Amino acid sequence: MAEEVILLDFWASMFGMRTRIALAEKRIKYDYREEDLWNKSSLLLEMNPVHKKIPVLIHNGKPVCESLIQIEYIDEIWPDKNSLLPSDPYKRAHAKFWADFIDKKVNVTARKIWAKIGEEEEASKELIEILKTLENELGDKTYFGDETFGYVDIALIGFSSWFEVYDKYGNVNIESECPNLIAWAKRCLERESVAKALPKSEKITTFISELRKKLGFE
Amino acid sequence: MAERSEEVKLLGMWASPFSRRIEIALTIKGVPYEFSEQDITNKSALLLQLNPVHKMIPVLVHHGKPISESLVILEYIDDTWQNNPILPQDPYEKAMARFWAKFIDEQICVAAMKVVGKTGEEKDAAVEATRDLLKFLEKELVGKDFFGGKNLGFVDIVATLIAFWVMRTEEIVGVKVVPVEIFPEIHRWVKNLLANDVIKKCIPPEDEHLRYIKDRMVKLIIKPA
Repeated sequence: MAEEVILLDFWASMFGMRTRIALAEKRIKYDYREEDLWNKSSLLLEMNPVHKKIPVLIHNGKPVCESLIQIEYIDEIWPDKNSLLPSDPYKRAHAKFWADFIDKKVNVTARKIWAKIGEEEEASKELIEILKTLENELGDKTYFGDETFGYVDIALIGFSSWFEVYDKYGNVNIESECPNLIAWAKRCLERESVAKALPKSEKITTFISELRKKLGFE
Repeated sequence: MAERSEEVKLLGMWASPFSRRIEIALTIKGVPYEFSEQDITNKSALLLQLNPVHKMIPVLVHHGKPISESLVILEYIDDTWQNNPILPQDPYEKAMARFWAKFIDEQICVAAMKVVGKTGEEKDAAVEATRDLLKFLEKELVGKDFFGGKNLGFVDIVATLIAFWVMRTEEIVGVKVVPVEIFPEIHRWVKNLLANDVIKKCIPPEDEHLRYIKDRMVKLIIKPA
């Protein structure tokens, strides 16, 4: 049976980037569909009625929502190439803990840097703390998964394309605060799956600048 | 020392839904464990050592290694002890179970907490918002005894938060957030839960639980702004 894989996504979404990377790691051919977040398609609303958000992975007509859940699903459906999660239960739990940490902490704080007026300084301090915690967890490993690129790396790497945005509006310098994390991001970008999934930072910075103007922040 | 390395310890709190769900899972699997009651208002050095990132219960310790975050712990338990599976085997069904569990913890739990301590229009709005989310779960239960189908599963374990925390506290909060007229399936599901031996054994005793919640709410509401 021919596999039909569709990804409803938005080019700048660090969550969508996760799923793009996972699919690329597994060499899965898929139909990428760009969504206009200000004019969501009826397919998106039908496939994710609960959250109405991207990314949505549609596999043979059935939707899987939430990017981390999509990575696990992709790893389970196509187990042969490039395991994304460790097989040992404790290592799996460790990976899930850190991906959950990323989900709970990074975006919520980072958003306040560019999307809210008056909270930039506090939010950028908090973000640096969060990134330092992650840098500490990375230690001197090549990837969060040690020698193998995997789940936690995929969960975090998309945010690196937004670092320029956080630096600009948060008046920080992530590279000087977290040099090991930046080195890790560069290593990840050497992988084809990551290089193809992440937009250029400048493109995101321009997009946010225009969005802030539209929202009346500038 | 082979026996000690199998030792399973759970740092938890008797009135916490997140702690109780771990006890349910361990009981379903027949895994013996040592329960260590934690004072969350005065966190122990052990807790801070085992969960330095979030400093929260529950923490499961197995072979001397700690695991934190209740959903992560539940999956670890299912991966480690393969009898009586909690998650579905089919990858799509598994993805759906994970989706609903996340929805309950991140959306329903947060929305239900917003009802507490509110009055008037604010309260009504918080109740409506919670009900809008619960309607998705109501639909999921149609034609099923449990979210897991014929047997208790991952989503049921997580959703005990709704059955024994959100619904139990309606009298205290002063509003029926989950009335039977709007949520007949959820009420039917709660009856099924209450008929289950593991659930009966693992949920906090009602009277004691309600006393504790009343007491905590009084403390929270009279806290100076």
